[in-house]
Amino acid sequence: MSVLIYAENADGKFKKSTFEAVSYARAIADQGNTTLTALSIGNVSTEELNALANYGADKILNVSNTQLKNFVNQAYASVIVEAAKKEGANVVVLSNSFSGRGLAPRIGVKLDAGVIDGAIALPAQNGGKFTVKKTAFSGKAFATVELTSANKVIALIPNSYEVVEAARPVKVEDFNVDVNPADLKTILKEIVRSTDKVSLPDAEIVVSGGRGLKGPENWGMIEELASLLGAATACSKPVSDAGWRPHSEHVGQTGIAVSPNLYIAVGISGAIQHLAGVSSSKVIVAINKDPEAPIFKVADYGIVGDAFEVVPKLITAIKEHKASA
Amino acid sequence: MNILVCISNVPDTTTKITFTDNNTQFNTNGVQFILNPYDEIALARAIELTDGGNGTVTVINVGDASTEPTIRKALAIGATEAVRINAKPHDAWFVAYQIAQYVKSKPFDLILTGRESIDYNGSKVAGMLGELLDIPSVSIIKKLDVEGDKATVEREIEGGKEVLTVPFPFVAGTAEGVAEPKIPNMRGIMSARTKPLTVIEPVEVKTNSEIISYETPAPRGQVTLVGADDPAKLIELLHTEARVI
Repeated sequence: MSVLIYAENADGKFKKSTFEAVSYARAIADQGNTTLTALSIGNVSTEELNALANYGADKILNVSNTQLKNFVNQAYASVIVEAAKKEGANVVVLSNSFSGRGLAPRIGVKLDAGVIDGAIALPAQNGGKFTVKKTAFSGKAFATVELTSANKVIALIPNSYEVVEAARPVKVEDFNVDVNPADLKTILKEIVRSTDKVSLPDAEIVVSGGRGLKGPENWGMIEELASLLGAATACSKPVSDAGWRPHSEHVGQTGIAVSPNLYIAVGISGAIQHLAGVSSSKVIVAINKDPEAPIFKVADYGIVGDAFEVVPKLITAIKEHKASA
Repeated sequence: MNILVCISNVPDTTTKITFTDNNTQFNTNGVQFILNPYDEIALARAIELTDGGNGTVTVINVGDASTEPTIRKALAIGATEAVRINAKPHDAWFVAYQIAQYVKSKPFDLILTGRESIDYNGSKVAGMLGELLDIPSVSIIKKLDVEGDKATVEREIEGGKEVLTVPFPFVAGTAEGVAEPKIPNMRGIMSARTKPLTVIEPVEVKTNSEIISYETPAPRGQVTLVGADDPAKLIELLHTEARVI
């Protein structure tokens, strides 16, 4: 009985969401009074690997097989399962990232394990019952789900569990695996990253624009506001449907659900489908000229006014705030 | 090319979600059910890829008889035939297992699902099917093009995308960008009535998860309004009170 965390990297670096998942897995291990093994796959430096120990891993396994340099869903799932078996892990934790969501179901089948994706809180382990709270109905609700299988796979939503520092002296161990060629049928041709931008699912601050902005040519101020705050940009469904912004920015029930610390909605009325995707935000700010807009019902702070007047003033105010800080 | 599209019957996106029986059951009273929006994208792409008689599109649903209007809609949009596995979809594992059994008796070149269903948001069926059938799976794709015996797909990643080639057969979960959903025309609606809809009974399988209860998000407090001419006040509140910047 132990816990295994798959520590996902992007370009050889661990993201905050990975450290959150390590902290989360540490807490699950503590619940069961057991150990935590972190597994890294790919080309990650020793220095970076050692950082995993800061969040409570008792052991770090490093798979640096050149065939696994890039993410291949099937092969990574096999390696994670092999590591789980080697470590006797009955709980496998992943980040609920795009890759994590592809891995979790395959790992679940291989380990005959129940799978929770979209977990937002620590499991409760009471009287032999293992339950986890997860998002449901695209953010309109939460479900508490019991996993009745001996093995469990849990994918944790980014920004839903705090990073906890719990450093321990740990050495990195190389974990050698034989890759089954049948697991390498999917071939990576190209990775395209928009490096200058903050990634939306990971963002701590999101600045989002709606139809109230009238056209794609008016997104300059949204991007400037986002850049000043270190935020990702997003939009509502009508905006991506109209082709003003890419689909990858669409936040809402049929787009991406986000859970940032701060969500700023500019010119978004707040249809129920949009609110579903932002309801897990810690603080919501609404800027809209219609005081009756539903977005104000969920907003913590609001400005009733024309976005074209308010946003430039807000940009000036942030510049002044930063200058005085 | 023969394509299988796995479809879910889900509450309409405008549904206000409520629960009954001490928050243990989803309240379906007055709820309009629709074809899962992501599955509509999968279906539209499948129809495009088989356009002009170049193969078939089979839709499959795990559900009781109440899902048949949604299945007929998929036939009206342009699927060739439909299969309903007559059981309540207990969880993703149950659904994937039932569909895998069907596929083992009737192989397909390509299996598509929506990236997730908008009710339980599992996004697990595609990966589970891939594992059960021992074929590749790609979780969330934005583009799908066929080139001979393989496909080129674009997979979403945080802050970008990956371009992959995958040999058939494989499973993929489709998201926006793969195709524009199609609206059924009158001819489609008429022909849907006579297209084959086969009902098969489920196989027995042990499940490994149970929903214990539901809750809705805690109501948020009253909004604090700031004057439109004083955004500096908003920045101050976000800094000192909310402490998010």
